[in-house]
Amino acid sequence: MIKYLLLGGLSVMAAPALANNVFVSNERGNTVTVLDSETWEQIAEFPAGNRPRGITIAPDGSELYVCSSDDDLVRVYDPNTFEELHTLPSGPDPELFVIHPSGNPLYIANEDDNLVTVVDTETHQVLAEVPVGVEPEGMAISPDAGIVINTSETTNMAHFIDTETYEIVHNVLVDQRPRYAEFTSDGSKLYVSAEIGGTVSVIDLTADAPSITKKITFEVPGVQPEWLQPVGIKVTEDASRVFVALGPSNRVAVIDGETDEVLEYLLVGQRVWQLGFTPDEKFLITTNGNSNDVSIIDVEKEEVIKSVQVGQQPWGVVVAPDQ
Amino acid sequence: MTDMLDAGPLVSWMKRMCLSAVTAVLACGAVFPAAAQTATVAVLRIDYPSLLPLSRLDLLQEDRAFAGARVATDDNRTTGQFLGQTHELVEVATTPENAMADFQALVEDGLRLFVLVGNSEDMLAVADAAPEDAVLFNASSGDTTLRDERCRANLLHIAPSDAMRADAVTQFLVWKRWTEWFLIAGSNPEDVALAEAYRTSARKFGAEIVEERTFEDTGGSRVSDSGHVLVQTQIPVFTQDAEDHDVVVAADASDVFAEYLPYHVWDPAPVAGSAGLRPVTWAPSHESWGATQMQTRFEDSAGRMMDDLDYQTWLAVRVVGEAVTRTGSDDPKVLREYMLGDEFELAAFKGVPVTFRDWNGQLRQPILLSNGRMTVSVSPQEGFLHQVSLLDTLGLDRPETECRAFAGGN
Repeated sequence: MIKYLLLGGLSVMAAPALANNVFVSNERGNTVTVLDSETWEQIAEFPAGNRPRGITIAPDGSELYVCSSDDDLVRVYDPNTFEELHTLPSGPDPELFVIHPSGNPLYIANEDDNLVTVVDTETHQVLAEVPVGVEPEGMAISPDAGIVINTSETTNMAHFIDTETYEIVHNVLVDQRPRYAEFTSDGSKLYVSAEIGGTVSVIDLTADAPSITKKITFEVPGVQPEWLQPVGIKVTEDASRVFVALGPSNRVAVIDGETDEVLEYLLVGQRVWQLGFTPDEKFLITTNGNSNDVSIIDVEKEEVIKSVQVGQQPWGVVVAPDQ
Repeated sequence: MTDMLDAGPLVSWMKRMCLSAVTAVLACGAVFPAAAQTATVAVLRIDYPSLLPLSRLDLLQEDRAFAGARVATDDNRTTGQFLGQTHELVEVATTPENAMADFQALVEDGLRLFVLVGNSEDMLAVADAAPEDAVLFNASSGDTTLRDERCRANLLHIAPSDAMRADAVTQFLVWKRWTEWFLIAGSNPEDVALAEAYRTSARKFGAEIVEERTFEDTGGSRVSDSGHVLVQTQIPVFTQDAEDHDVVVAADASDVFAEYLPYHVWDPAPVAGSAGLRPVTWAPSHESWGATQMQTRFEDSAGRMMDDLDYQTWLAVRVVGEAVTRTGSDDPKVLREYMLGDEFELAAFKGVPVTFRDWNGQLRQPILLSNGRMTVSVSPQEGFLHQVSLLDTLGLDRPETECRAFAGGN
């Protein structure tokens, strides 16, 4: 409720207690759209620099981070007032990043420089630059925060970076144009999507060295195989379900987290890119870049319940934690 | 990282020094840091006497073709450092007279992976003179016969054939329902061949050539002060009284007249083919599918914008790099087999993976349709279906080719 008091004018609205702010970056609109996770109504839309893409929030909900790709920096916003607080150096063309579970530091992929930049969110200093493969993109951090993953789109690897030494400790070759990486919450598995390869690699992390145990492929009758391009991935906390956004096929694949078999495909908006859970995992929000909307998936029912118009070309999504 | 990057040119220089003498190759081996594999690609660029282009935007660049190969080699090196693989590039610019001797010298130096930039006759001569274990990549010639009755097993085609480019244009025009064409062809043999590609393509996709004229190449200077005044009177007259048509298709491989057609044709029709809407593999304005990253990487490296030829040499060297990465081998035979196999695919900023046709060695790829300022569309177009790959709606399909040099042939 505190946020509504801070918002002043909006405090007259009857806000349900369990609502969370949903933040959607609009790549073309240069804005962030804010939705209410209870009513799915738009609360606000605020300017977010040039070409906002990657978006994440501090674990305690205190700061919202947006990759302003064309400004070559990360913009930091107050998630309640939507005011820009300051910026963080990111290196050129930041696209995706991941935040340490403690809220500090931020690990940022710099597509143009073959680097992962590590930035202290408190001092705003660059702590390290880690050379990786060509066109770094996807970022993930292991649950124990010991390893940061970066995927490089032209080198086609998942690089395992030690968060203590900033050294690369493993490289796993995956299929063409890896876009996104996601750990299971117990740290035993890593999923890596390959957009042009059309697969999701399942990487086993329980042995000494990581190894690919399976490549998940996708097939939808009547849809050209070329359009089944996996991008965003989200895994439920209990690892029972894996959701994969399939780009221009306008589908989200639902995968059994035990067997890693595709169970079904949910039809969402056009060119589905990234995914975000509400903190209770009741809902999954998908950003649909070509239809300028987000689809809301009921996670338990595995059904699309709603689509909500947002700004131009929605790219990323993050939901504020419970406060 | 800085050390690694700095080592690149040094190693490259050392390698080149080593390559300068046949006997030194073995002796030099020990100088290099221990690497599992070393793939050295030679780009052989044959420079022909040429006239000035009609447009200053097409002025020949000193580093043409090499610039793309350099970026690809850097890309391959970045990947190779994680695998203990080394990638080297040798650049040779030559003349038609010296091409064979320079090629032989590279062969003597032990090189077996070649990217060729030249015309189809010289490319065939080189392919026929190549040692049995060499693999050559055609990065420039669109001559469809190289993918047909004159194909060679050791010559893979990164550049799309003229047939592929023509089909890319035709699909778009048919999608637009612009099916009545006024075809204007140049008078040189390459222009005649290109016009034939458009005729074949029109038959394939159901367009009709309602009028056809030949623009004679009478020589003369390419550029003159106030030349547009003459063009403004000549082209309307040349295109007057044509049958009713939707679009003018220009087949001008020699760059003699096509650039003059837009806005000057008698009837208000759009122009496609060699001017207006052009089929290209790359354009400096292309931004989709992560291409912006490629553009900035190239521009940082070369200090200029990236064109078709740069892209094709980039792609050729990346194809080699990808095969080395996946096979863990630098043996040209192993690499060729992998490239032509089912496993090979490569992301090339076109939204779908590029792969090889195992019946004639042609790389399957989408073709951009550019107006010079923007990507207007990308072919294959929606609705043109194929039982194997949508990309096989462009160019010679398996049942159509006379090529028998490949295992996947008929």
